[in-house]
Amino acid sequence: MIPEIGHFVLVLALAVAVVQTALGLYGPVLADARLMYMASRAAGLQAMLLALAFAALTYAFVTSDFSVTNVYENSHSAKPMLYKVSGVWGNHEGSMLLWILILAVFGAGVAAFGTNLPDTLKARVLGVQGMIGAVFTLFVVTASNPFIRLDPAPINGTDLNPLLQDPGLAFHPPFLYGGYVGLSVAFSFAAAALIEGRVDAAWARWVRPWALVAWASLTVGIALGSWWAYYELGWGGYWFWDPVENASLMPWLAATALLHSAIVVERRGALKAWTVLLAILAFSLSLLGTFLVRSGVLTSVHAFAVDPERGLFILAILVFFIGGALALYAWRAPSLKLGGVFAPVSRESALVVNNLFLTAATAAVLIGTLYPLVLEGVTGEKISVGPPFFNATFVPLVIPLLLLVPFGPMLAWKRADAMATAQRLYAAAIAAFAVGLVALFVVDGAPILAAVGLAIGVWLIAGAAVDLAERARLGRIPLAQSLRRLNGLPRAAWGTAVAHAGVGVLVLGVIGVTAGAQERVALMAVGDSLEIGPYEVVLDAVTAQPGANYQADRGIFTLRRGGAALAQLTPEKRFYPVARMPTTEAAIRTTIVDDVYIVLGDLQTDTTSDGAQQWIVRAYHNPLQPLVWVGCIVMVLGGLLSLSDRRLRVGAPVRRRANRVPASTAAEVTP
Amino acid sequence: MSTQPQRPRRPRTRKSQRAVFIAVAVCVLGTAVILALSALEDTVVFFYSPSDVAARGAPVGEEARIGGLVVEGSITKEGAATVFTVTDLQHSVTIAYAGILPDLFREGQGIVAEGTFAPSGRFEASRVLAKHDESYMPPEVADALKASGQWQEGGT
Repeated sequence: MIPEIGHFVLVLALAVAVVQTALGLYGPVLADARLMYMASRAAGLQAMLLALAFAALTYAFVTSDFSVTNVYENSHSAKPMLYKVSGVWGNHEGSMLLWILILAVFGAGVAAFGTNLPDTLKARVLGVQGMIGAVFTLFVVTASNPFIRLDPAPINGTDLNPLLQDPGLAFHPPFLYGGYVGLSVAFSFAAAALIEGRVDAAWARWVRPWALVAWASLTVGIALGSWWAYYELGWGGYWFWDPVENASLMPWLAATALLHSAIVVERRGALKAWTVLLAILAFSLSLLGTFLVRSGVLTSVHAFAVDPERGLFILAILVFFIGGALALYAWRAPSLKLGGVFAPVSRESALVVNNLFLTAATAAVLIGTLYPLVLEGVTGEKISVGPPFFNATFVPLVIPLLLLVPFGPMLAWKRADAMATAQRLYAAAIAAFAVGLVALFVVDGAPILAAVGLAIGVWLIAGAAVDLAERARLGRIPLAQSLRRLNGLPRAAWGTAVAHAGVGVLVLGVIGVTAGAQERVALMAVGDSLEIGPYEVVLDAVTAQPGANYQADRGIFTLRRGGAALAQLTPEKRFYPVARMPTTEAAIRTTIVDDVYIVLGDLQTDTTSDGAQQWIVRAYHNPLQPLVWVGCIVMVLGGLLSLSDRRLRVGAPVRRRANRVPASTAAEVTP
Repeated sequence: MSTQPQRPRRPRTRKSQRAVFIAVAVCVLGTAVILALSALEDTVVFFYSPSDVAARGAPVGEEARIGGLVVEGSITKEGAATVFTVTDLQHSVTIAYAGILPDLFREGQGIVAEGTFAPSGRFEASRVLAKHDESYMPPEVADALKASGQWQEGGT
């Protein structure tokens, strides 16, 4: 009964989404306030209906109702509760339902929090949002319905893929989708602005918080996915330049660019057309990501069983929205009023340069990801584009960007003094050089590029600190006064500094792992030891270890350094009988400066003369690896700080009202 | 803020601003495209099915990908290395891989290996990909099987 209700409200949600589209897009044409108000209510109703549908599916999973095909294929009664719940979105149908639910929740958020939006703009945003919802709900209802029944109902399910039974992956899709789908709001705002024919500072102020939420969510989602791949796949790496990873990186890069260019629109009224285009591109890349992941057109280490027909459906949706939005852009963008002028050296220019490098990097990733598809379509030749390609393209495009990051926030709007800014950054430059030199001479055989990379990381962190210190006039006025200034800085300024420092921490981690990672593979019998980095790993025993819904062989290793035992590491090799699938559970000992990572491999029986049992053991020493995750967390914190800024906060009516009147005339007044 | 008013080097008109913007944009995006195209020439890895290897010879020393089904009973150990044969049911290639095979590596499974051919004709893999999902077939392997006429629709 419950799944039927879920199915029913899903179809209702489709109907409501269609109504929302019609009301939202046609209401402003008729200038009918009641129709436009109805669009807002429809957005709320759509979110409620989809939440009900999602709850119904969750209920089916939690109660292990195997008469529902989706539950039968992806769950099992012996599975722990967390994975019964995460199993709801651990499969194609359920994840698409989550996708449209998040989409509707964002739409309802615009309806609920956008009380200060002009009526017509709000209605059009909801109209476009409703159209995306309608098309994707149609996809779910017709091509990927999670509520289809199975008759007769099987006794038990076939289990969720064991690799997905993991806390990191339980929360990865919701955050990733929060990011992908959150960008739909920026897209809807862009399309609505194009229909309205007006983009002003107020528009950017409304778009930015949504873009920030999406960006932060996407950052968390990517980091969780990367962390999962790191400890679950047992390959010792966290990023493989795999098509599915690239699919999430591209919208992230575009969203990062969008965040920055929206600042220029908000503060200076310039770069309007570009920002609108970026908003369209960011969501287009999200759709492309969904398509690449869900269609299986690319060989990927993350590929799951997929259905090509669904791929075609999503491709059609992709072409419709991207093509439609770009056509609308080509038609309407020339009518956007031009913004203020600025000198080649200014905050605006710095943000333009940021955008150029980010888009160029996105383009490089896009070429590398799609080239195999194009080549196979044209010549039939099958190729793969791997890490060497991205090292040769993405890295050189990102390095100049990273070098310029500390300058950006310190340059004045409109026209700035490059030399004066450079002088204020000398402390950061000295710190960076010092670290680079230390790395070069102290660490044995550190490659020059690694030293440069570490210096860049320090440059970013120190640059962010200098930015804050300058704003607080640290050292030039009494300390107490400086601290008061620091405390009184807008949250957005803190957000900028913290996020940029986070990038620096991330760079340190990436360089540490890239330059310093060590990998060793060995056959080990009980009592054998293996040296890895500064450590020594001793195999003490291998025991059988029964789990909730699996059996495991557990290796017990002692980690030593200089003769002293530091920790016990217990990697496992698990076997899930229901899914008939083995998995490896790496054991990781992490400090703030490095990770030791051990994977237990196959048993080699009787290969030595004395007949001792030997296991293949793979060990990694990854210096600075934890900084990769810390950097992501710090970046997200920066984003959240910026989000909490008064100017962007939802309930800051004083500022809003003050901006609202001039905003509508600003477009005409701005030279 | 600098205290000395600087004389702008160029008249800050919208037209010149746009020209500068476009020039810089063309430079950066052009660099990206040139980098990408030149990198594609050097770093692209070609996929070979066992039949391709039989027809055109093994590209010794060149980075390549090989895919096929793991032949039943072909998996043997040479120290820490695993040696096995993959087939597209027409021809086969022997692959050696030193390291821990993916969880889903097993006989009859479709896999893709990355690495280089040794002069002996054996493929020395640096990475073996088997997918997270047991009912998944890498597209290259599926196509290789189709090309060799051995593909059964619906069978995995």
